[in-house]
Amino acid sequence: MAGQLLEIENVGKRFGGFAALDGINLTVAQGERVGLIGPNGSGKSTLVNCLCGTLTNETGTVQFDGYPMNGLAAHQRTHRGMARSFQLPRPFGSLTVAENLRIPLLYTVNARAHTGIKTHAHTHLNHAQLEARCAELLGLVGLANKANKLPRDLTQVEMRKIELARAMATDPKLLIADESMAGLSQSEVEDIVGLLIKLNERGITIILIEHIMRAVMSFSQRLVVLVSGKKIADGKPGDVVNNPQVIGAYLGE
Amino acid sequence: MRTPFFFIIALVVGAAVFGVALWKGGDYTFYAGYVVLQFIVLATAWNILGGYCGYVNFGSAAFFAVGAYCSVALHKFDPTKPLELCLSVWIPFTEIGFRACSTLNVSFLSPIFPLPIPALIVFGGLISGIVGLGMGYLTLRLRGAFFAIATLALAVVLQTMVVNWDYVGGSRGAYIIRPSELTFAGIKLGYIQYLFLIMMLLSVIALTLARLIERSRLGYGFATIRDDELAAEACGVPTLRLKLIATTISGMLMGMAGAPFPYYIGYLEPGTAFGLSYGVNSIAMPMIGGTTSWVGPLVGALIVATLQQWVTVTISSEWGVLIVGLLLIFFVIIAPKGVVGLVQATRRRFKTGEH
Repeated sequence: MAGQLLEIENVGKRFGGFAALDGINLTVAQGERVGLIGPNGSGKSTLVNCLCGTLTNETGTVQFDGYPMNGLAAHQRTHRGMARSFQLPRPFGSLTVAENLRIPLLYTVNARAHTGIKTHAHTHLNHAQLEARCAELLGLVGLANKANKLPRDLTQVEMRKIELARAMATDPKLLIADESMAGLSQSEVEDIVGLLIKLNERGITIILIEHIMRAVMSFSQRLVVLVSGKKIADGKPGDVVNNPQVIGAYLGE
Repeated sequence: MRTPFFFIIALVVGAAVFGVALWKGGDYTFYAGYVVLQFIVLATAWNILGGYCGYVNFGSAAFFAVGAYCSVALHKFDPTKPLELCLSVWIPFTEIGFRACSTLNVSFLSPIFPLPIPALIVFGGLISGIVGLGMGYLTLRLRGAFFAIATLALAVVLQTMVVNWDYVGGSRGAYIIRPSELTFAGIKLGYIQYLFLIMMLLSVIALTLARLIERSRLGYGFATIRDDELAAEACGVPTLRLKLIATTISGMLMGMAGAPFPYYIGYLEPGTAFGLSYGVNSIAMPMIGGTTSWVGPLVGALIVATLQQWVTVTISSEWGVLIVGLLLIFFVIIAPKGVVGLVQATRRRFKTGEH
């Protein structure tokens, strides 16, 4: 299909005898905001890990931006423009907040300039440009005054924002946000949703994996439901939540 | 401070230490000083993989010994005799097999043999760098204790190989007869002073390299590997490649530290070259000094190796190992960030106290 950014075809992954993903098909168009939901253990995080190269899917193919992703290491997928944030924030503990953001700038943005990945029009950032870009990203998530703090001095919501800013620093085409709002208060959730929508308006396709339904409903243009490693619904959020199969999966038959 | 500037300052400091040793000290100063310098190189080398990347290597002795035995092999090599190259093929558990030999005239090499020590250091570093790369390739998918055990196993395997390699003396060991002095451009220099000078230069190179890595893109990449490999990959850091770079550089420096050792000790046997003290000291010194910066291994090696040398003379060499153990326990419990961390914390306390 033309115009699709991400094409997942028949992706399957087993852990021993347990089928975590069972023939997933999914396409995501350029600029879309997709919500991915499902009960615990339904395979959401496994799907993210297979997309990002942390795990290897046993069957099926993933095409991203016209390139097959199978066999590429996680960092190569990041170079291609696929970014993720982790379910539990995983900042680099010994580096300051600004240095945390500098890593993807050095290793993805500048690496693209060297390896000649043509999908991004990039030039090599020099020291001053790196500083400027770090400051810009910190401003974007509203943490400009925390640049020289260590991650352990941050609050939970600040940690989540750094996680997003670090993913954004790779200058991605697709951002996969894995439970970016778990454990946050109502106002903090709205804060993050607002941030994600702002990023989307800049042209970044976003897949949001989330349990907080209010956030998912206000964010998503399209909703995909996974249950037991299978996709059981895919469509407009309003239709999906009224789908009897989805209600059955969440509330029991 | 720019790297070339730092390198020159370190060279000047090294030259000053050498000058003071020549002026005030006797031969013993150089014998003891050589060991301290050797441990500065080993600790710095260990820290590039262990401190920067967080991969604990218990097999430092193996890399050190590879360097040392490279020198022994090259020392024994006599280019005036034809080199015999043999190929033996044998199908296991049968009597079928063949052996073909051919000789190669290598007399054209005789003008450059015996090789000078700097050339031996380059060879030793090259070979142990390759061993480091190979070890990295085989073991870096392991983490934590499993990686440490694998490096320990490497030391055992290499020691067994050397014990069974007759050319370098096998378990009997090898004697290296060194000249008592050298003449450079009319200046006479005792051999131990020469070895000291070489090790001093090697320490300066190792420290400059460690400092350069720490402040470069590579150093940032190493730090992300230490902190969180999964997140590093997600940020685009090619973790496997970086780890291979770290094992290669670390192994190379350790081999370089080992290359002049046969000339220092005069008689090398596998038990000495693969000694426990190399593995333990290379871990303990950076831990005691502090693992996050190039200063840590330097400080740790200076403290521990000097203390060991002093105890060896005043009490006994067995006490040296005990002291390392006690110091290590003390630092792991009281100051896990080492001397450097302790100094930084105190400085911060003073600063906040003032304001």
